[in-house]
Amino acid sequence: MERDDIIEYSLDVHHSEEHGKLLRKKIWKVTALLTAITALEVILGSQIKQSSDYWQVIKWLFIGLTIIKAAYIVLIFMHLGDEKKTLKYMILVPYFIFILYLIYIIIVEALAVSEVWTQNAP
Amino acid sequence: MAGHASKEIDSSALWGGKISPFSTSYGKLMMWFFLVSDALTFSGLLVAYGFTRHACLDAWPIGEETFNSMPFLGHGYPLLYVALMTFILIVSSVTMVLAVEAGHRMDRKGVTKWLIATIIGGFFFVGSQAWEWSHFIHGSEFGKVELTDGSQAIVKGHFGEIENFKVLEAGKHHKKGDVITEDLLHEFHHAVVAGNVENGIITLHDGSKAKVNKKADHGMTLVIKKDGGTHKVGDVIPESKACDMYYEAINSGTPNRVVYGADLQQNEYGPQQYGQFFFFITGFHGFHVFSGVIINIIILMGVISGTYHKRGHYEMIEKTGLYWHFVDLVWVFVFTFFYLV
Repeated sequence: MERDDIIEYSLDVHHSEEHGKLLRKKIWKVTALLTAITALEVILGSQIKQSSDYWQVIKWLFIGLTIIKAAYIVLIFMHLGDEKKTLKYMILVPYFIFILYLIYIIIVEALAVSEVWTQNAP
Repeated sequence: MAGHASKEIDSSALWGGKISPFSTSYGKLMMWFFLVSDALTFSGLLVAYGFTRHACLDAWPIGEETFNSMPFLGHGYPLLYVALMTFILIVSSVTMVLAVEAGHRMDRKGVTKWLIATIIGGFFFVGSQAWEWSHFIHGSEFGKVELTDGSQAIVKGHFGEIENFKVLEAGKHHKKGDVITEDLLHEFHHAVVAGNVENGIITLHDGSKAKVNKKADHGMTLVIKKDGGTHKVGDVIPESKACDMYYEAINSGTPNRVVYGADLQQNEYGPQQYGQFFFFITGFHGFHVFSGVIINIIILMGVISGTYHKRGHYEMIEKTGLYWHFVDLVWVFVFTFFYLV
């Protein structure tokens, strides 16, 4: 019996050879970018020590670069950028609300704990 | 009494299915849901890591100092190996996205080729991680040392090679005057932890006593990682004093003054939790990579036997692709928060 309750895979995503060429070009561009970012991170990481005055700047630069890398992976490689807006935000928004709050509360808590531990140290 | 359920609703008013509200298939949508939950798990782990790290502050090890070795090349290559691992995983993510693209053109040969490349990349990554674990568990030549005031310090500098053990007192296997040249470092570490080294004389497994002939160390400094009576976390002990303080502990004949490598109880890099987080986070990620490789192999068999071609689309590649990219995505964050900052 043929089932009619299964949503068929949409063949709209199939594309031609020419369009494929464009897509591949884009993929290689993103590859180059991700590699360049990783290389930059390693060079900076090995040159600038954590004791350096610039460390705070570098640290936030690392975090920023990581988020850029992550965005390219999610939006281009995982095609989330090409999905419907509703799907995109259904995935991203709840996640970010939870995680940003968790990070905030945990760091605040950790610094308070650290203070107590240092005060009570022998 | 008639409830709501008994009321008949005109079927035209109902959403009868068949059209996805997100114009994506059930399988892909569920894969996204799974990935969000898995992302929350990994975030939980990394945030817990962040908590411990910020609570310990200066006592926490620095990534570029802990991970500075390359296979076959030795020390002095900060972060290079991890960067290589990151690169391998990014490249395998690229080959996966190329496999998906080939699938959209119904190019079976292309899908096969790129999927095989992805699997090879995955195996390379898992292998690299095995090497890194082994290196982390075995540790450095110096180890972490407990000083006389009870503080603990990690050691920086160049370890002078152990040349040989010259037997002074015979035991079960060795005779007086024997010169032992094999497995020296391992034997030495073992004896130091057991408290079997005293004033340059090592007591070997078989009960014989031998003199340790060792080249001089260079540029040794100690960095305090745990408070003691006189030294506080973050203090650096200069070369002029470091050597004496280090060898006082080595030659004390007291067990457990020095820690080499890592296990779940202790590690030579920093606080106990550091080792636990390392094993759990990289282990959990490595397990994801490993399962990803297995899933890719299963899908590859489907591609080769033409299952998806007959079906008319390669959506299965997209779904496994999503998982594979997610593994890469997690590694990007682990790389930054565990190794870089």
